[in-house]
Amino acid sequence: MPDLDSLSILFVWTAIAIYAAAFVAYAFDLARRSEVTADARLARETALVGAGGVAGVPGAPDAADDAASAEPAKPRYVMARIGTTLTGLAFVFHLAATVLRGIAAERVPWANLYEFAMIGTLLVVFVYLLVLTRIDLRFLGTFITGLIVVLMGSAALSFYVGVVPLMDPLKSVWLVIHVFVASLGTAFFALTAALSALQLMQHRRERRIAEEAEKPGPAFLSTLPGSERLEGLAFRFAIVGFILWTFTLIAGSIWAQDAWGRYWGFDVKETWTFIIWVLFAGYIHARATRGWRGSRSAWLAIIGFTAVIFNFTIVNVFFKGLHAYSGLS
Amino acid sequence: MTSSDPLRPSDHIDGDDSITQPRLGLIGWLRWGWRQLTSMRTAIILLLVLAIAAIPGSIFPQRMADPNGVTQWEADNPDLFPVLDAMNMFDVYLSPWFSAIYLLLFISLVGCVIPRIKHHLKALRARPPRTPARLGRLEDHREVTRDTADADAEAARSIDVAQKQLKALGYRVERYDKGRTYSVSAERGYWRETGNLVFHLALVGVLLVVGIGGSFAYTGQRVVVEGQTFVNTLLDYESMNRGRFVSDDALSPYAMTLDSFDVTYQQYGSAASGQAGDFSANVSVRENGETREDSVRVNHPLGVAGDKIYLLGNGYAPTITVRNADGDVVYSNSVPFLPQDTNLTSLGVIKVTDGMPEQLGIAAFFYPSAAKLETGAFASAHGDLLAPLLTLDVYEGDLGIDEGTPRSVYVLDTEELTKLTGRTTDVDSIELAPGETADLPNGLGTVTFEDESPAGATDYRESVKRFVSLQIHHDDSAVWVLVFALLALAGLMLALFVPRRRMWVKATSSDGAVNLEYAGLARGEDPTLAAAVDDLVAGHARLLDAPRRTSPSEKTRK
Ligand code: HEM
Repeated sequence: MPDLDSLSILFVWTAIAIYAAAFVAYAFDLARRSEVTADARLARETALVGAGGVAGVPGAPDAADDAASAEPAKPRYVMARIGTTLTGLAFVFHLAATVLRGIAAERVPWANLYEFAMIGTLLVVFVYLLVLTRIDLRFLGTFITGLIVVLMGSAALSFYVGVVPLMDPLKSVWLVIHVFVASLGTAFFALTAALSALQLMQHRRERRIAEEAEKPGPAFLSTLPGSERLEGLAFRFAIVGFILWTFTLIAGSIWAQDAWGRYWGFDVKETWTFIIWVLFAGYIHARATRGWRGSRSAWLAIIGFTAVIFNFTIVNVFFKGLHAYSGLS
Repeated sequence: MTSSDPLRPSDHIDGDDSITQPRLGLIGWLRWGWRQLTSMRTAIILLLVLAIAAIPGSIFPQRMADPNGVTQWEADNPDLFPVLDAMNMFDVYLSPWFSAIYLLLFISLVGCVIPRIKHHLKALRARPPRTPARLGRLEDHREVTRDTADADAEAARSIDVAQKQLKALGYRVERYDKGRTYSVSAERGYWRETGNLVFHLALVGVLLVVGIGGSFAYTGQRVVVEGQTFVNTLLDYESMNRGRFVSDDALSPYAMTLDSFDVTYQQYGSAASGQAGDFSANVSVRENGETREDSVRVNHPLGVAGDKIYLLGNGYAPTITVRNADGDVVYSNSVPFLPQDTNLTSLGVIKVTDGMPEQLGIAAFFYPSAAKLETGAFASAHGDLLAPLLTLDVYEGDLGIDEGTPRSVYVLDTEELTKLTGRTTDVDSIELAPGETADLPNGLGTVTFEDESPAGATDYRESVKRFVSLQIHHDDSAVWVLVFALLALAGLMLALFVPRRRMWVKATSSDGAVNLEYAGLARGEDPTLAAAVDDLVAGHARLLDAPRRTSPSEKTRK
């Protein structure tokens, strides 16, 4: 019988390699967007002096090529398409690796730090791909695939543990529910943070344009939605993430009541989950408050996600507490 | 703002910012202060401060979660400890400063929510507002012109249709017809504000229940050896924490015997070799004159008479008998040994207070699967009873029990004692396997490590009794905490996902044509408004174009 776990590891590395390729494609896409906008500006300027038309300019947006697009001037982002296709392909390997790991372990594949990392990253990609079917967020591709490569790579290198039987406290339906929902919430927070970061960049650029500055900022930003739209999108992901996180807290408390005899005890992991929850509550308020909406609330979202990552890595590995399920010793 | 708008603090995005300057006089300043405390800005700051204030509790060990960690920290940092302790760094979540933050936050919350409740109750009864004169000014505005013979009648009919349509979509509707202009005003999404208020109030509920519930809760610990019985009275607990309002006779009378303790070990050579699991404390519970058998397992606490019984730990309780020089039994007990590592190398203490020339103290190590290290010391290689070995060091002298100072049964204070065996003496430590007996030094008598195996046993696996440490917990408030938490979750989903919006449809008739206007206005976050207006327009056109149907049943016929 083939060793399923080894096969799983092979798939993990395959997925990482393809994500890395997707990252490169997405990065080219951003660079290319810069060019396109530069060309477009050139074309506009040329058109203004009356010496030529947009049609003749290479790289200028060509409406006929993109029948699906509602806006006539929407360019085809070939590299972005390649990036998305590669991401989808990597996702298939990633999913297969996760499923194989689950079969090898004869349980849900999220019971130690290595597996948390695999399922967490899988869900980030899943939510990203799912959203792509409705909203064009491919400009997030570089961020998403970059994050995935780093997280998966470091998890595979430093968190890996072989398949071992579960410790008693983990034998619970709440392992299935609580951990899964927490990972899903993390995925939404990741998208929130990425959009908020772009929002900040876009906001800066818009301000500099208003000030008529020479160089308003990276050119690819001009192909992205405006900062308000980015903020709106970030917020929509944040509220879904927040609800999932609230559920995570509740489910975790129910589990703690069964496993440890109290529903809440400010164990380090509980504490950090609470901190993250409070940070995002602050973010939601900030977005509805004069003087805080916009860039300040965006920073809160980024800080919140940083806390998520901190909770997942540093707290899991270095802090001492009851949640000693990293599997590392 | 109209009366059906949700009320918001003045620094809310939709709030009215007119009064920010304090008016003179004490009352004016108090009002101003109260408005500051209940503003959104303050709520954000307090939330952020709360998040930051919670951090130290994750860095320093906390007495409530990890008392041993605190002791250790004190030993490691004797100079820094008093300073940090004075700042409550080891009781962060019970500290005055932490409490101050969350109490302020909740005062702010209540102060913010109460006026909103009043306002919302009124809004729930209000009618949708008058149709604005110029709908075209709204961002989400559509216009359609329909040619028709009898324009006035058609205009009225189209608004009738729109009214029904909006009502079916869950809007509250109100007609505002004026002359040859007909219009319907519609509003929906009152659940959004209701959800928001329920969410915030449920948080207050959680805090109150946690605060009050603690006064009625109790938690006790008890170690039980196989075969022993625990009786649920204050006397029978090793330690007990009880809330202020738990009286001495609050404990329900029941008794529980530990019949056996099951555990399985991963086989040698397998991954995670030696890992123990599937713990199960099999008990018989006597309550109200009836006896039933049940078990206490990890993740599966046992409920008895409103108490919940948890399995916290387990270990070995070797049965040891000590006889004096005359052969009389002066000590016989199954002593719980504290596990020191994952392979259950365990440490135990035996105190013989009477029947010997002087009191005897014995410090003992137990190795369930003893293996000799190169240094000559023993270690346990596995948690199961594969090669059990007991090593004993005997001390003689005054155990200090009679002075009345409390002494832990797990600690032997050797200061006043003379060591008779083991290192630093010229007598070797006593080593015993189950069933063996050895002489105590100086002709004091003998010590026996009893073999508890049932008759006919072929190996050591049942030669030593096990013990479990149980936690008995009673807290009727936990279920209410859950109720409020779920209420908060439900309120949150309503508050975040129900769109609150207004819609208007207006029909103006002119010669041979009806001009239809549609407009939508979001009240709060509403990313789908534009699509909703489009749907309304399309749906309305469909309904108007449909031949005048006689009955709905006709439509569904194939
Ligand atoms: C324990 C502290 C608090 C927490 C955890 C909390 C949490 C939340 C959350 C998650 C929301 C989003 C749900 C919604 O939009 O309905 C929200 C909204 C809101 N909260 Fe709080 N809140 C707290 C305290 C306060 C306080 C003290 C105030 C008053 C200043 C307040 C005023 C509001 C308002 C006005 C909204 C609606 C925002 C909007 O229009 O989008 N909250 N709160």
